[in-house]
Amino acid sequence: MLKGSVTIKDGCGHVPSLATGDLFFLLAWLLWWQAGHEDHAGPDPPRNVSAALKQGQITPTELCQKCLSLIKKTKFLNAYITVSEEVALKQAEESEKRYKNGQSLGDLDGIPVAVKDNFSTSGIETTCASNMLKGYIPPYNATVVQKLLDQGALLMGKTNLDEFAMGSGSTDGIFGPVKNPWSYSKQYREKRKQNPHNKNEDSDWLITGGSSGGSAAAVSAFTCYAALGSDTGGSTRNPAAHCGLVGFKPSYGLVSRHGLIPLVNSMDVPGILTRCVDDAAVVLGALAGPDPKDSTTVHDPINKPFMLPSLADVSKLCIGIPKEYLIPELSSEVRSLWSKAADLFESEGAKVLEVSLPHTSYSIVCYHVLCTTEVASNMARFDGLQYGHRCDINVSTEAMYAATRREGFNDVVRGRILSGNFFLLKENYENYFVKAQKVRRLIANDFVNAFNSGVDVLLTPTTLSEAVPYLEFIKEDNRTRSAQDDIFTQAVNMAGLPAVSIPVALSNQGLPIGLQFIGRAFCDQQLLTVAKWFEKQVQFPVIQLQELMDDCSAVLENEKSASVSLKQ
Amino acid sequence: MAAPMQRWVGRGRHWTFARVDGGSCHRREAPTGSTSNRIRGRSSVAQQPLYTTQKPRKGEHKWAAVVGLEIHAQISSNSKLFSGSQVRFSAPPNSLVSFFDASLPGTLPVLNRRCVEAAVMTGLALNCHINKKSLFDRKHYFYADLPAGYQITQQRLPIAVNGSLTYGVCAGKKQSQVIPKTVRIKQIQLEQDSGKSLHDDLRSQTLIDLNRAEGQLRVDANISVHHPGEPLGVRTEVKNLNSIRFLAKAIDYEIQRQINELENGGEILNETRSFHYQLGCTMSMRDKEGKQDYRWFMPEPNLPPLVLYDATSLPAGADPQQVINIDQIRETLPELPSVTRERLVQQYGMLLEHSFTLLNEVGLLEFFQNVIKETRAEPKKVTSWVLNTFLGYLKQQNLAVSESPVTPSALAELLDLLDSRTISSAAAKQVFEELWKREGKTPGQIVSEKQLELMEDRGALEQLCHSMMEAHPQVVMDLKKGNPRVINKLIGLVRKATQNRADPAMIKEILEKKLSS
Repeated sequence: MLKGSVTIKDGCGHVPSLATGDLFFLLAWLLWWQAGHEDHAGPDPPRNVSAALKQGQITPTELCQKCLSLIKKTKFLNAYITVSEEVALKQAEESEKRYKNGQSLGDLDGIPVAVKDNFSTSGIETTCASNMLKGYIPPYNATVVQKLLDQGALLMGKTNLDEFAMGSGSTDGIFGPVKNPWSYSKQYREKRKQNPHNKNEDSDWLITGGSSGGSAAAVSAFTCYAALGSDTGGSTRNPAAHCGLVGFKPSYGLVSRHGLIPLVNSMDVPGILTRCVDDAAVVLGALAGPDPKDSTTVHDPINKPFMLPSLADVSKLCIGIPKEYLIPELSSEVRSLWSKAADLFESEGAKVLEVSLPHTSYSIVCYHVLCTTEVASNMARFDGLQYGHRCDINVSTEAMYAATRREGFNDVVRGRILSGNFFLLKENYENYFVKAQKVRRLIANDFVNAFNSGVDVLLTPTTLSEAVPYLEFIKEDNRTRSAQDDIFTQAVNMAGLPAVSIPVALSNQGLPIGLQFIGRAFCDQQLLTVAKWFEKQVQFPVIQLQELMDDCSAVLENEKSASVSLKQ
Repeated sequence: MAAPMQRWVGRGRHWTFARVDGGSCHRREAPTGSTSNRIRGRSSVAQQPLYTTQKPRKGEHKWAAVVGLEIHAQISSNSKLFSGSQVRFSAPPNSLVSFFDASLPGTLPVLNRRCVEAAVMTGLALNCHINKKSLFDRKHYFYADLPAGYQITQQRLPIAVNGSLTYGVCAGKKQSQVIPKTVRIKQIQLEQDSGKSLHDDLRSQTLIDLNRAEGQLRVDANISVHHPGEPLGVRTEVKNLNSIRFLAKAIDYEIQRQINELENGGEILNETRSFHYQLGCTMSMRDKEGKQDYRWFMPEPNLPPLVLYDATSLPAGADPQQVINIDQIRETLPELPSVTRERLVQQYGMLLEHSFTLLNEVGLLEFFQNVIKETRAEPKKVTSWVLNTFLGYLKQQNLAVSESPVTPSALAELLDLLDSRTISSAAAKQVFEELWKREGKTPGQIVSEKQLELMEDRGALEQLCHSMMEAHPQVVMDLKKGNPRVINKLIGLVRKATQNRADPAMIKEILEKKLSS
């Protein structure tokens, strides 16, 4: 069984007494916190915030204001690029009317959400954390954004990321790096105090992982209930693992990409970051389905809504453990948790099999070629002519293009464009791009073979280790970091499969560690059902940010690099 | 984005320029639908005088030119190939631009069903093999009127391949002989059009119109020359030719230029050239449009493979809105021009060149068929009247068939009057001219008002002939001396006297009888 910092089936533990694995426990947490951390003496509290809204125990406006206040208090995390306060309050007002009239639109009505700043939002600046799109205000909503709004969700703002989602740390955007809320958690700080070497606390904050680090930090710091990330090589699952969240990457084709500013069209999917699996399922239920504006979405309806059954037992399940994922770089803590998780399934009656994905070692190189090639193509439209940044040079169109792109893109983006164009050269095309496509097929076939051998879901690590301090992270360049951090996640994107990172336990340092479940294509519901069972077993602890919230003003004063502008 | 375009790539056959090949002389307008080869034919003729000015060296007395055409034809559809925005001729600039057309980040292409159907139909009409699975590719280049930095096209696996088009070229002394020719179609591909650059040299700025729905036909001609039996020469591409006349001129010029260049010891560069309309010459394009991009095509990741079905592969219970059935499109194909021509020749004993003329003029075939339906006159008579008299009047006044003042019924009635020998053919011409004036009268009314009926009274006609002979003794003398052709003069005089109402044959018979008596 899992031991150490992992709590299994121990009921409430140190988690606020209301949140025994139920959805939306923030409200309860907030009430508990504001009540001076005392137990409730009155009637039973609502089992989640959605229920609280329905029962009128809290109004959407109150909820929205609480989240806005938390956004302000956690501004130094740099989670948001744009806070859409006015929009959110107006939406809250409308939601409130609906609740009063008994016309709630569903579970998401009145629920604060955040959206990564690479999804187009009508009338709200969408920057991709790049100079190239600074000031760009799209005239339309991405389909996923529109669907959230149609369900009554409140858009709190646009979250920070690596420029054009190229990175695995959320450190390489023009608005500066995102800070991992766990850096300020009671759990982490207490562990650090035990170690006399750790002195310079405030400059030693941790990265969130990326590239959807802003979305992860936003959810982790309770500024919203769910956030959209994007996942091309692990960009949703990686920060989810580092921030102790559920990070879900749906099957390619299940959720529309229309309005998601692309990184790699053939691998991008909108990702979902939440604090529990049921929440991810609720959001997926709102987002999934064919979109006439995205020809790669599939028409076959899969069971909607995504209500997840609670698995009574796992004895009919077969869990695959890909042996190639056991690599020397994997930290011993993650390896041990992975192995314990496998033991857990086995001890509960599931069949646990070692499987082989033989082309795994070629995957990251193959991903790099395909990714940069599509990047080179997709970034071609940013030429300064129609939207976004344009330089002052007007000697010739070419000179204007060159200077605009030099000024508009950071080194990472330009580097990938250059690599991509190299692979697209006529003389290199066969040797790189075509070969990488073939390898991609082999990698996809590896998964098909594993599933055909009877495996229901695969269980793997999400990341090599827990989150590292920023100063440590930037010792390596973006490309090296991406290659390390995407190692367990990008193959799934190449195969188009659904995958979810579930927080399992805290490391010895008091930081979250996640494990990844990979499902069959379009078996997203089955995957999440297994993940939900696992989530219930491991009882991952809630982040304890009381201290941060109490003395956040002090933290803010110490903060030098907070560059998020609280707009509106 | 664009106005939907489909590109036909016709790969050229070799055309030999040699003195012995002077037979195919033709100057009449090319029949519709046979542009490519028709133009190549003309190239050879234009080339000939040029060649004879050169002094042929031994073993170099022949040049062969190879011409391949990329024909960009706009699909007649309500909306663009990959977006829902409208297609409308001469709409104000940038008034029909969707977010996708402007390449706003995050927008995706959605294929227009109507365009796919049109491409399949074109492929079937051109005897192509229709690929049941075709793919879309991105062609990359930076240019201001290409807002995405790439163009979505079909390079690797286009919707239709390996077709052919058979057509005729007119030859012979009076261009009356039709020689059948075949041009091969390499592929038909669906392709997004780029925008339109409007260069304002005065203010040294370029404005971009992303409507992209203008210009129904645009041709790029790839041209090279070589000696027969030797490898093909280096080719040049003359871009953006938008009329058949300029296409012909450009090809003529370019072949001549390449031959001159090579014979003077120069070399041909693989380059893009433009045709200067005023000067009638081709010039190397020095701007960016002329530069070949160094990057290769990439599969378009946002469009899944385009899958077409036929009766045998159609999945059971498939939603007809979701699938395209090739066989169903084949059924809706109208009769193709070559079949129609064949039928006209068979059914009406028409000359092949007449069938070409009937089909080349919009609406003329229908007009002809309507006349045939309503008249008792012989098809040959109808053909003659429609192609000579009717078409002649139309051409003279530059009118379309639909603008004709004479209806098929009126012409049919007129031909009936002629057929029943109620009027003479000369009177019929007169009636036709009256009809053309649009006074709303029927041929019958005109004939009776103007008293154009054929003179049936033989006695009166004999009397008239007799007095005419008496009035012209010299003519009678000439006739008797043995010059039979002068009888026509007498016939003419009698006809005139009857106001064209007499049957010339009858006049001739009476005169001959009187002369021999």
